[in-house]
Parts: sequence; structure tokens; C-alpha cells
Amino acid sequence: MKHHRVLRIVSKLLIPFIMLFALYVQFHGDFGPGGGFQAGVILASAFILYGLIFGLENARKVAPPAVVTRLVAAGVLIYAATGYAGLLKGGNFLDYGVLGATPVAGQHLGILIIEFGVGTTVAASMITIFFLFAGRER
Amino acid sequence: MIITLIDIILLTFMGATAIAILRLRSLFAVVMLSGIYSLLAASMFVALDAVDVAFTEAAVGAGISTVLMMATLALTGERERPAAHTTWLPLAVVTVTGAALLYATFDMPPFGAADAPVNLHVAPRYLNDSFGEVGLPNVVTSVLASYRGYDTLGEVTVIFTAAVAVMILLGGRKGDDAGIKNEPPKEKLADNDGDGDTA
Repeated sequence: MKHHRVLRIVSKLLIPFIMLFALYVQFHGDFGPGGGFQAGVILASAFILYGLIFGLENARKVAPPAVVTRLVAAGVLIYAATGYAGLLKGGNFLDYGVLGATPVAGQHLGILIIEFGVGTTVAASMITIFFLFAGRER
Repeated sequence: MIITLIDIILLTFMGATAIAILRLRSLFAVVMLSGIYSLLAASMFVALDAVDVAFTEAAVGAGISTVLMMATLALTGERERPAAHTTWLPLAVVTVTGAALLYATFDMPPFGAADAPVNLHVAPRYLNDSFGEVGLPNVVTSVLASYRGYDTLGEVTVIFTAAVAVMILLGGRKGDDAGIKNEPPKEKLADNDGDGDTA
């Protein structure tokens, strides 16, 4: 892809906006359409676009596989830990109502955290799968 | 009225895309068409007011699966071999199954009917009480993250498992270029096949 100047410049312009949009979908999912699943996929697509245009080696420098594979597990752990935090505070597993001062504030906080966990796992999984598929040689 | 027209146009496009996918032998074109099919499905979900689902379909179906299919095509051939068997039996099975499904739809309540069973069970509770209980304007997020938190934890675990499965199948061997490096093995393994690795 070294010679496709238009693709390189356009994707350089687009990638920051794709990432910003992913963050918007992630943290605005409580109010508009979206959430962790969609945001994770959008964020991963920014990295995948970078990998397609600038090569797998450069993409691995931006998102080191050792870090990304650990993030796959970290997201699930964040989610489950939020559930156990509810247990420790005297509620049920995944009952966010006890996490905040009022039940509604707790629900807000809990949903924000678990959506972040979802987004982390989804983005890291998609990037990992892309690295593995694209890294295969015939 | 205008929604009906949009539905008819989108369904026609989806049907035409599906038939083209069946008839084409060039797998590159098939991958591109399946991306277009996903995009049409996403538009269909928007017409059905399911923007959250449309979002996912557009990003996963049209975006990432297309890229993964392209990566697979780079490893395999680009042309599909002609089928060795006749297509009459599969066609008959598909026709009978499709007719049975169509027959079953006659017993379904009309789309969006307020007295449909699905709208009488827990949906009224979610719609009426979720703002007071969870406080989010987007009821989909309330249901997904709070009321059905267990299910979503399960879904995240499924994605985690999928990533781990792909890592086991495609990566992990020391020395291949899959990008996931193993920790160095504790004891030196024998290089049985003499190609410089220990696989």
C-alpha cells in the first residue's frame, strides 16, 4: 500500500475521527444508540484500517500484541469485578444500585464501568483476530 | 407508506445480492457482495427503528468480517470450484423449509402489534419503570447492561472465548509470524522436523 498516496492521506485524516467517534459511542451509549459492543468494533476498525494501509508491522508497534491480548482478558475481568463489587457492598451479583450514593447514581456508575469492560474486550479481540489472520502467510 | 416502499426496495436489493452471491464463482466479488448484503441489512434495521443493532451489523458485518474474509482469500484461492454434486436436493430442502417458515409467519401477530405476546411480558415494565430505576433515556442500554447484565457478561465471555480460540488455532507457535509471541519455553524442545522451529 506504499504507493497509494490518496488512501494513505485520507485514512490518516479519518483515523482520529473514527477513534473519537468510538469514544463518543462508548460513553454516550447511555443516552443515544451504541454502547461497548459497537464502540469496541469501531475502535478496532481504526486500528485495522491503520494496519491495512501502513502495514502490519507498524500496526503492531502502535498496538503491541502482548498488550492487546492482555486487554482481551482485562475487559471481562472489569465486568466481573463490577459484579463482585456489588456483592461486597451488600447487594446481589451485578446489582449496580449499591455502588453509588443513590440507586440511580449507582446504576449509572455500574453501567459506565461494565460498558467500558465490554468495549475493551471487543476492541482487543477484534484487533487480535485481525493481527492473527493478516499475519498468516500462505 | 414511505417506510413500506423503503422496505420493498431494500428487500429487493438483498434478494438480488443473495442470488448474485450464489451464482458468482469469483470469491473476491462474493466477499464484496456479502459486505454489501450486511450494509443493506443494517439499513433494514434502521428502517425497523433498531439503530443499536444496525450499528453492530454495519461495523461487524460490513466492516470487520469483510476484512477477515479478504485476509482469508489472500491465503486461499480466489475462485470457487464448480460444485461436483447436483443442486436439486439442497434446493428442495431449502424450498420446503422456506415454505414452512412462511406458513408459520401467518400465525404471527402483525409487526409492531401492541397486544403481541412479546410486548405484554416484561417490555411494559422496562418501558415504564426503567427511567425511574436505572435513569437512562436509552432503554436498550438499561436492558442490556442492567436488567440483563448476566446475559451481557455471557456475551462478553463468548467474545473473549472466540479471541482465545483464534489465538490457539492461528497463533502462539514460537517462530511463526502471527504476532503473538509465546514466553520462551522452560526447557529446550527437540526440533524433530529440522525446519528450525520446535513445532
